[in-house]
Amino acid sequence: MNAMAQALPPFQAFLDDHLHPVRAFLRGMVGPNDAEDCLQETFLAALRAYPRAEPGNLRAWVLTIARRKAIDHHRARTKGPRPVAEPQQLIDGRTGREGTGSIDGALGMSPRHSEIWAAVAELPASQRAAVVLRFAVDLRYRDVGEAMGTSEDAARRNVHEALKKLRASAAELKEMTR
Amino acid sequence: MSEFVDRLAARANEDGLVDVAYATVETPLGTGLVAATPKGLVRVALPNQPIDEVLARLAKDVSPRVLEFPARLDEARRELDQYFQGRRDHFELPLDWRLSHPGFYRRVLRATARVPFGEVITYRDAARRAGNPRASRAAGTALGSNPIPIVVPCHRVIRTGGEVGNYGGGPEMKRFLLELEGAL
Repeated sequence: MNAMAQALPPFQAFLDDHLHPVRAFLRGMVGPNDAEDCLQETFLAALRAYPRAEPGNLRAWVLTIARRKAIDHHRARTKGPRPVAEPQQLIDGRTGREGTGSIDGALGMSPRHSEIWAAVAELPASQRAAVVLRFAVDLRYRDVGEAMGTSEDAARRNVHEALKKLRASAAELKEMTR
Repeated sequence: MSEFVDRLAARANEDGLVDVAYATVETPLGTGLVAATPKGLVRVALPNQPIDEVLARLAKDVSPRVLEFPARLDEARRELDQYFQGRRDHFELPLDWRLSHPGFYRRVLRATARVPFGEVITYRDAARRAGNPRASRAAGTALGSNPIPIVVPCHRVIRTGGEVGNYGGGPEMKRFLLELEGAL
C-alpha cells in the first residue's frame, strides 16, 4: 500500500471535505440557531486532536465529535428542546448528490416536513442522532454505527425505533388534520 | 473563504493550533504558495508545483495541522510582491529550515541565502562555501531540493560555463528571475 494514501490529509482539506455534512448533522441535532456554534466547537476540537486521528474513516471520526458537542449543548441547556432545522436547510447543508435518504420515503407518507422534524426533536438523543445521520447526512448504516460508536445493527435498531415513533406521530397528525 | 472558516482559523491560531499556516501568492509567473510555522517561513512553492501535493507534503513532513490562514503570511506576501515589482532586493523574514536536510545540504542553502541580489555564483562556489569544494554535484542536489526558493535564492547559483542550469520551477523561471535582478 502507498504510504501517502494512509497519511492524514492537511487539515484544510479535511475541513473542506467534511464541513457540509457535519453542518447538516448539527442542524438536525441542535437546530439552525445553535448549529454554527456547535460546528465551531466541533472543528476546533477536531483540530486539537487531529494529529492522533486515524486516517481510515475521518467522516465518522468528526461526526463522533459533533455528536458529543450536540449532547454537551443539550446538557448545558436548561430549557426544553429547541426547534430543529427546517428540512430545506438540512438539504441545503448537504453536499453532492441527492441521496436515497428521504425521510418522507422512509415513513411512506408525506406529512409536512416541519412537522416531521419537530417530531425528530422529541426523540431520545441516540435515536435522534441515528435518524439525522441516516437521513440528513445520508450515511450508510455501517457509517451511522461508526459515528455513534455502536454496531451497524444497533444503528439500524435506533433508526427503526425512531421511524416507528415518527410514523406514530405522523399518523396522529393525519388524524388531527383530517 | 467563508465567514465560518475565517472565524475557525482565527480561533485556532489564537489557541496555537495552526502548526502550518499557508496562503497563495500571485506572482508574474502564476499562483504560488507560501507556508509558515511559528518559527518562520518553511516553504515557498513555485507556480509549477501542484498546491495539493505541496500541502500533502507539509502535512506529512511538518504537521497535519495545516490551515489556510493568510494573516500569518502578510509580511512574506508583501515582501514577495515588492521583490517581483523590483522594489526589494533582500528579504527580512524569519526562516524555518526544518525541511532541508541537516548537514551539508543545509549549509549549501544557508551559504546561498547570503548571495546578494543581482549576483551569481557557481555550483562549485556553493559547495566550497558549504565546506566541501569537490561536492559541486551534491550542492546541485541540495539546491534542487530547496524548500524556500526565491527567498533562499538558489536561482543565483549557475553553471561554471555561464549556463543557468536546472531549476525547480524550470530553466525559464530561473532565467526570468535572473533577468529581473539584472544578473543576465
